[in-house]
Amino acid sequence: MAKLDLMLFEEEYTLLQEIIGRLSKDASAKVVFLVDKNGQQIAAAGDVKSIDATSLASLTAGNVAATDGLAKLIGEKEFSLLFHEGEKDNLHISIVGKRGILVVIFDQNSSLALVRLRVKKASKELQEIFDQVEQRAQKESDLGSRFESPFSEITDEDIDRLFGD
Amino acid sequence: MTFINYASREINCKIVYYGPGLCGKTTNIQWIFEQANPEKRGKLVSLATETDRTLFFDFLPLDMGTVKGFKVRFHLYTVPGQVFYDASRKLILRGCDGIIFVADSQRARMEANIESIANLATNLKENGFDIRSIPYVLQLNKRDMPSAASIAEMERLLRFRNEPMIEAVANKGTGVIETLKAAARQVLMELQRA
Repeated sequence: MAKLDLMLFEEEYTLLQEIIGRLSKDASAKVVFLVDKNGQQIAAAGDVKSIDATSLASLTAGNVAATDGLAKLIGEKEFSLLFHEGEKDNLHISIVGKRGILVVIFDQNSSLALVRLRVKKASKELQEIFDQVEQRAQKESDLGSRFESPFSEITDEDIDRLFGD
Repeated sequence: MTFINYASREINCKIVYYGPGLCGKTTNIQWIFEQANPEKRGKLVSLATETDRTLFFDFLPLDMGTVKGFKVRFHLYTVPGQVFYDASRKLILRGCDGIIFVADSQRARMEANIESIANLATNLKENGFDIRSIPYVLQLNKRDMPSAASIAEMERLLRFRNEPMIEAVANKGTGVIETLKAAARQVLMELQRA
């Protein structure tokens, strides 16, 4: 496969979850999502049930990808921040490291300045964890001795069962 | 790029429907959406123009059940087929795990099919993938059209790596699930190899 798969273990996931949980409180946000650049949700905090998180993740990634394309067209490396202002709710989208997107949804209980400030701090912490995840994956791939994958014994029957056969 | 979350025991895979304009990519995932158990499917997100042409992508998340104790979720995407949306197509291939190429069986569209495969190869390469090795399925859609080319002819023109080739009439649901299943099989087998 062209790129290493993203594998998150319990410990890393808990750390990511902690950071965005804290960010959600510190920034007085409604919801905070951590999304992968390919459109998959990694973690969420706040009033998560109020939003269709899967669609949000995919649309955010599409939005970031399109904006990335625009940036390259005008000779920029990327636009690291997107802000959408609504009548009630606002959307603050920022890039974390190479593969993460942080989405903060907030209303009049917070402000853009506060969100920006808190996001900056949280981004640094998130980036460190992403780096660790990447280093671990790289190390395992270099050693050629990835840990025993639970999928090494997937059978045709397993796949048939997914489709209800 | 598969996302495996060991904490929540979930695997997320991204499958992209590719093909020339009006070949039936959106029809495929619309049919899956209509047939899927409402509890297992997410919302169908469609970024389309007023005339229902795909502008950016369609997106459908599907919960498939479990494999080896892991919840398997497929994220199905379509690309816009029209030639001039190439920049968008490239973006959607980012991090994909498998491709379903939907070919239009109408003889008049054969050149568009060939062009689209060539375009797929280029765009995959730019995303760091190789069309010869990525999980890949060829669907021959619109088999019910009177002007459909023969299977043998389509195979000769479009099949290049002994990939699974499935006949379909997507608007009637024929071959739609078989196609997805063939792609799912390859994507999950790839995990085994990883």
